[in-house]
Amino acid sequence: MQAAALYRTSIGKKAIMAVSGVIWIGYVVMHMYGNLKAFLGEAAFNHYAEGLREMGAPIFGHLHLLTVARILFVVSIVLHVWAALSLTQQARQARPQNYATRRVVQANYASVTMRYGGVVILLFLLLHLMQLTWGVSAVHGEFIPGEPYHNLVTNFQSLPVTLVYLVAVVALGLHLFHGTWSMFQTLGFNNERMDRLIRGLAWALAILVPVGFASVPIAVQLGILS
Amino acid sequence: MADTADTQTSKAPEPAKTILDAKTPDGPIAEKWDKARFDMKLMSPANRRKFRIIVVGSGLAGGSAAATLGELGYNVDCFAYQDSPRRAHSVSAQGGINAAKNYRNDGDSIFRLFYDTVKGGDYRSREANVYRLAQVSNNIIDQCVAQGVPFAREYGGLLDNRSFGGAQVSRTFYARGQTGQQLLLGAYQALARQIHAGRVRMHTRTEMLDLVVVNGVARGIVTRDLRNGKIERWLGDAVVLATGGYSNAFYLSTNAKGCNVTAVWRAHRRGAYFANPCYTQIHPTCIPQSGEHQSKLTLMSESLRNDGRIWAPRQPGDTRAPGDIPEKERWYYLEERYPSFGNLVPRDIASRAAKSVVDAGHGVGPRRNGVYLDFADAIERLGVNVIRDRYGNLFDMYENITGENPYEVPMRIYPALHYTMGGLWVDYNLMSTIPGMFAIGEANFSDHGANRLGASALMQGLADGYFVLPYTLSNYLAQAKLEPLTTDHEAFRAVEEEVNGRVERLLKANGERSVDSYHRELGQILWEYCGMERSEEGLKKALELIPTLREEYWQNVRVPGESEELNQSLEKAGRVADFMELAELMCIDALQRKESCGAHFRSEYQTADGEARRDDENYAYVAAWEYAGDGRAPILNKEPLTFEYVALSQRSYK
Amino acid sequence: MKFKLRIWRQPNTLIKGRFEEYEVDDVGPDESFLEMLDMLNEQLIANGGEPVAFDHDCREGICGMCGIMINGVAHGPKAATTACQLHMRHFKDGDVIVVEPWRAKAFPVIKDLVVERAALDRIIQAGGYISASTGSAPDANSIPVPKPVADTAMDAAACIGCGACVAACPNSSAMLFTAAKVGHLNVLPQGQAERFDRAVLMVDEMEAEGFGGCTNIGECAAVCPKEIGLDFIAMLNREYLRGKLKGAGSRNA
Repeated sequence: MQAAALYRTSIGKKAIMAVSGVIWIGYVVMHMYGNLKAFLGEAAFNHYAEGLREMGAPIFGHLHLLTVARILFVVSIVLHVWAALSLTQQARQARPQNYATRRVVQANYASVTMRYGGVVILLFLLLHLMQLTWGVSAVHGEFIPGEPYHNLVTNFQSLPVTLVYLVAVVALGLHLFHGTWSMFQTLGFNNERMDRLIRGLAWALAILVPVGFASVPIAVQLGILS
Repeated sequence: MADTADTQTSKAPEPAKTILDAKTPDGPIAEKWDKARFDMKLMSPANRRKFRIIVVGSGLAGGSAAATLGELGYNVDCFAYQDSPRRAHSVSAQGGINAAKNYRNDGDSIFRLFYDTVKGGDYRSREANVYRLAQVSNNIIDQCVAQGVPFAREYGGLLDNRSFGGAQVSRTFYARGQTGQQLLLGAYQALARQIHAGRVRMHTRTEMLDLVVVNGVARGIVTRDLRNGKIERWLGDAVVLATGGYSNAFYLSTNAKGCNVTAVWRAHRRGAYFANPCYTQIHPTCIPQSGEHQSKLTLMSESLRNDGRIWAPRQPGDTRAPGDIPEKERWYYLEERYPSFGNLVPRDIASRAAKSVVDAGHGVGPRRNGVYLDFADAIERLGVNVIRDRYGNLFDMYENITGENPYEVPMRIYPALHYTMGGLWVDYNLMSTIPGMFAIGEANFSDHGANRLGASALMQGLADGYFVLPYTLSNYLAQAKLEPLTTDHEAFRAVEEEVNGRVERLLKANGERSVDSYHRELGQILWEYCGMERSEEGLKKALELIPTLREEYWQNVRVPGESEELNQSLEKAGRVADFMELAELMCIDALQRKESCGAHFRSEYQTADGEARRDDENYAYVAAWEYAGDGRAPILNKEPLTFEYVALSQRSYK
Repeated sequence: MKFKLRIWRQPNTLIKGRFEEYEVDDVGPDESFLEMLDMLNEQLIANGGEPVAFDHDCREGICGMCGIMINGVAHGPKAATTACQLHMRHFKDGDVIVVEPWRAKAFPVIKDLVVERAALDRIIQAGGYISASTGSAPDANSIPVPKPVADTAMDAAACIGCGACVAACPNSSAMLFTAAKVGHLNVLPQGQAERFDRAVLMVDEMEAEGFGGCTNIGECAAVCPKEIGLDFIAMLNREYLRGKLKGAGSRNA
């Protein structure tokens, strides 16, 4: 069972990261796009949020497809994090003694901060779920179940929350920039001709996704959404 | 054992003792190799497993031989002083490899390649060997392509060829400017396959320090593990030396820093004859020395002479910048002296002319030690883009090393030591005068005569390793009656003791001067008196200077550190000690050869217009020197050369 | 020119090393970095010290034997250049230069700046060849190779195996080396028969040797003296994943 043993190899782990990464890229793009519905008003936004539960109707029943998607996202992120940890550990073991002097020659900020950025995003994700999905009162006192627009607006009326959010979307942008290109590279779709296209896509995602996400809390802070 | 400190006295060599038999098969030249192969004793695959072969060196010759012997089923031990077999100095060859494929349909043939090589060697090589080389040249290309060597291709997907070194046919196959590297990687990969299969045991960072001869037959070697200094004994049923040439005797050469003569020289001292040591080739287009601390010279492809014009200021001592020297004060000395060949005269002629111009005070550059190779006319005629396409990488290399932009200022060039045609004497079967010891590649003397043509070194290394030695070695093993031995045998013990003694003596000398400083001095003596132009007077002078230097070396060298560790000073010290002995033999050989031929130019023997004057009547022989013991003059043995297929003629490039 | 050098000194693999400081004076701008080290060594020998051990051989940038970290960059500050072809004119008079060996678990230090790179040889031994025994080859022109394919193979085959990619990689990965070797043979028609086995066996050996995994940072290609590109890593990833899915690589199992 050669194929099944893939997970044990670094390229296999990278492939797992790439595939789970694609799933999450899809997720953040959809999520960002959905968030923009806040600009259409409370009713539209709440309708969209409720609609998520009815995804796939009428074939799928209430919450069915959403549950499948949630499981997929959870599994993906667990695998993504596991593979990252495992590769980090392998890298640590591969250089028991570090250099006294080290200069980066070409690497960009995004590629060398993937691991740290990943941790930032993961921590933020937990906070974000507590604030807007689970409504943990310690982090979001005004949470009302079933009123997503209200929860959104009240959440971002807090300046610290907004700032944390902005930091997280910048980290997400960097993560996407390297991750998108890296995904094609890892799965072997990159070559000299494709490279510019892929870099372009990475730039587009790294800019559009954070800008889209950031627009909502900024609008709240500016009083455009209330 | 008097070892090396005692001088070999420089008295005149004894008259020739032996007429050597090259064991060349009978019959027409085109059938000799087929006949030889048919007459050989075969060995069954089951029997090959019972033999162990020692191969020293992992370059084109050693690497290909070790791989092929492994494929045949022998047990092979292969040794390299580098950390990987892929680093052997064959890797540095740039230009290409010749083969008589005639893919260009331009009239090439096996016979023409043979003919050109014998003529290019100035009629001092063995016809039968050269013919065989030309024959197997085609198999080499086939083999290398099958291994995945990425030769240059035409758009149709077929192999590209170019003309090289003034050849009139396009028979040179190449892989960008890295042909040697790519061919070596092919051999290295074949070797890696055999290492993986367990047929070859590879010993990297391990240097052969002596040969073990038991009852007249080569049966093993003694090595030093360069990582930890461990001296070890290795038993074999045959020993193959593929350790390259000895250009580094001159200190400054285009060879890699580690290239050395130790294995060959130790074998010589154990009874292997050393043939034609004075045949050393100088390459005309190298970058001149820039400082006292320079460690090596860098070669640039000869192809530069196709478009560059060589000149020097007509006025000696002219220190103006090249751009300030008007056209009429520029001396295009090659174009003036050789109107028909101009800048494309053969290597030896171009080199000697550069030396004479510099010696007469016309040298250019900060050290006045070069001549100009000027591309201004070519750039004007063809445009800078064409020149960049043709020579871009060489121009970049030049600029990287000198800091000068050759598109704007003329390059400065000067000749440098590059290749040694001389080496261990071997018969047609590549076996030395010690039964069971073979020498292949640059380490032997066999195929290039007094001068090697461009793109022929790679060809010879691979011919020997892939296609000749595996046959002749099998034939030897099939007939040899080898006594069962272990490395506990007295002969092994004695050799190891000698090796240890030498190492100890070097470490104990604890004198004042570093190994490198002696090596530089030796190099200067050789360059001055046994370089491009030799004279009786100069050689005699060198034969006084070298023994004195050698004596001082053993008294006054400083080798820091211990033997039981990685000790690069100690490695160098042993190598330089052997160069010191070889240097003397080179001068003795140059002195006895009272003619000029190929790369050996004796100032007393030239034509009225300064060309080499051969003396076929008296010197059409291979000078094979026999070691007679320390303090005794070496004995000259001769192998007469006869030319049945290529008529003797004098070169002319006027 | 005058330089202050901080050089890693380590007597052997087992004894811990440390930095020592030296000064060299009268260095010419046309001297190479290794010639500057030669000068230092001559100076050390003259003063009764022990010279610094460093690997080198051809000194023209093709054998791949030299390799040191110079001020934190593999082979030093000049791109596409080995340490032996780096000249002192690229430094400023009075510079402090830090010199370290390659650092990776798979490259143990033998002495000072000399490391053991046999792991790279073992990656080749695992499958980095075309199995074509001597004498078995058809005529060279019977296998046409399109020029672009031959050029790509040559781009990859230019690798000199110096190990700078490993040294520069934050993960100590040997992916660029392995990718170059696989890429050279896998694009050629002659290399097709063993294509997937080769990719799988070589990568698996690379992992077994204790190198890290690739995370597409690209420092390897930036320091590569032969400018081998990251494309080859993408190609290797593809060959490897496809090979694994096909069950390749069991040949030697």
